[in-house]
Amino acid sequence: MEYDLECESVSKRFGSVLAVDSVSCGIPSGSFFSILGPSGCGKTTLMRMIAGFEEPDSGDTRIEGQSVVATPPNRRNVKMVFQHLALFPMMNVGENIAYGLRCRGADKAEIARRIDDVLERINLPGVAHREIHQLSGGQKQRIAIARCMVLEPALLLLDEPLGALDLKLRESMKIELKQLQHRFGTTFVYITHDQSEALVMSDHVAVMRNGKFEQVGSPQELYRHPQTAFVAEFVGDSNQWHGRVAGRDGSEVKVEADDGPPVIGVEGGGQNLAEGAAVRVFVRPEHIRMQPLGAAAEPAPEPGRNGEQGKIDSLLFNGGNSRVLVRTASDRLIEVDLPDADSAAELREGEDVALSWPRARTMCFSSSE
Amino acid sequence: MGSKDARRLFLILLFMPFALWIILLIALPNIGMFILSLQEKVGPRVYTYGIANYVEFVNEPIYWNTLLRTATISLLVTALTLLIGFPVAYYIAKIAKKQSKGALFLLCLIPLWVSDLVRAFGWILLLRETGVVSGALQWLGLIDQPVELLYNDVTVVIGLIYTVILFMIVPLVSTLDGMDDSLVEAGFNLGGGRATVLRRIIIPYAMPGIVAGCIVVFMLTAGSYLTPILLGGKNSMWFTEQIYDQFITRYNWESGATFGVLLLVFTSAVVWLGLRLSGQTLAGTVAKS
Repeated sequence: MEYDLECESVSKRFGSVLAVDSVSCGIPSGSFFSILGPSGCGKTTLMRMIAGFEEPDSGDTRIEGQSVVATPPNRRNVKMVFQHLALFPMMNVGENIAYGLRCRGADKAEIARRIDDVLERINLPGVAHREIHQLSGGQKQRIAIARCMVLEPALLLLDEPLGALDLKLRESMKIELKQLQHRFGTTFVYITHDQSEALVMSDHVAVMRNGKFEQVGSPQELYRHPQTAFVAEFVGDSNQWHGRVAGRDGSEVKVEADDGPPVIGVEGGGQNLAEGAAVRVFVRPEHIRMQPLGAAAEPAPEPGRNGEQGKIDSLLFNGGNSRVLVRTASDRLIEVDLPDADSAAELREGEDVALSWPRARTMCFSSSE
Repeated sequence: MGSKDARRLFLILLFMPFALWIILLIALPNIGMFILSLQEKVGPRVYTYGIANYVEFVNEPIYWNTLLRTATISLLVTALTLLIGFPVAYYIAKIAKKQSKGALFLLCLIPLWVSDLVRAFGWILLLRETGVVSGALQWLGLIDQPVELLYNDVTVVIGLIYTVILFMIVPLVSTLDGMDDSLVEAGFNLGGGRATVLRRIIIPYAMPGIVAGCIVVFMLTAGSYLTPILLGGKNSMWFTEQIYDQFITRYNWESGATFGVLLLVFTSAVVWLGLRLSGQTLAGTVAKS
């Protein structure tokens, strides 16, 4: 596979803090790659090293196969969309886009043609003479991207550019960004702390924590098969319990929960849990099935599933993403997804329900890490 | 109604000191000066109105030469102050760490705690024939007899820069402080070198501060009296010295008033021209910083 960006054990230390700890990765050409992590995990430092604003203490960075460690930022074929976009306020839209071309020494006719062309591609034709402050938030985003893309970089870095937008606009910009990436065919490296942004847009996501990549994979892989407790917790929503391993049977482990009935689950991330080890158990709300208990006798748990009973504590109505909070007999709250918005109408708070979820979807991770 | 009237009274009282200051100390004296400058003496205590004082100014080359000289040196001082002040301001606003910013700013302010006069005498102590610099050069064997470093244009320019540089640094720091670092980084990221980033991003961004600093520095320099007289001596040929001469030495108030009005009009014209050339407005620069 061809890589536009390769990092080889890149490290960076600030005083006593190891911000980036020996990160290695290869980003395939033309893909949308996200680095997802909480604030302070080192993702911004890593990106600033790729752009050339910070020098790595050790390791190598290669862009299109060429080592760029000794290359100053203005000579790297990497362009960046800054968190607050950093559009030049004293220049109009056209001048902002022309800046990079003029630095390269392109002639006037060429510049004018390229500006028209790139504005066309971002669906904002004819705004070249507008001032920056006359643009809306979404338009500014697109101009910031156009200003970089007009230089045809090998790699476009995006540093949480959607953070400042309101929710509605953010949702539509996610789709827009993904489409722009398809249209330009350039490799995008997107930095974010918002897991939904990373999942929706990316071909590959790296989850970063304490300066290291915890897991790199497609959004589906990260969501379905998290390798560590951190990834399971950070990507998507989960019900989470603590407990201890009470026994095992092949690939399944029996977990004695700290505050509830025992459950049977599978080990996540190919680890081998010893008996008695403290574990964290994750179950996603959409894997839990809920049935009204009614007058019928207690249903026997189906094979291969965990079960528990409780009362509906509250309904969390949110259109298609509605949820129910169920308080179990052991007094813990479990979040359950509703299959559709209509079923919310049939449920009453205080109703008795039976919950069940597959053992294969009950992920157990050692809680020592 | 009562509370509305009280509010009104309160606002009037708030505004009063400013209004009194403008009217009594700025508008009235200048109007008085202007009227005085239009008076011609035709006999003892007999005056008529006319522009004879202005005609005299035009006909006497030494007068308008002094004014032009004052303006030229003031412009030179302004340019040099900008050249020296900009890196200092950039360092304080963008490079220095947060903790040391305040201390550095304070260091710039310290000279203002000493009066103008004392500072000028400080320079005299350093630069006179028997002064510190001359003595040190002799001790080092670089010269074999005392040199007089006072009373020349270079000394006047240095002394003026020293007096006014703070008024350049303050507006520059406040403008540069407001500049997001990512603008500079974006400038590099998009392929600009150091010179390009300075010329196309930092300076245009700092333009309001540059213009504000230049206006204040130019006005202060052109209107300064102590520094050019003490450091430049008899040769300084500073226009404010002419005004002083007319009022005090020759007791020719009409002519002194004429010069005063001319200085105000001339320096204002220079500032207006500067604003036109840089494409800035007074409200967008001095009023902002």
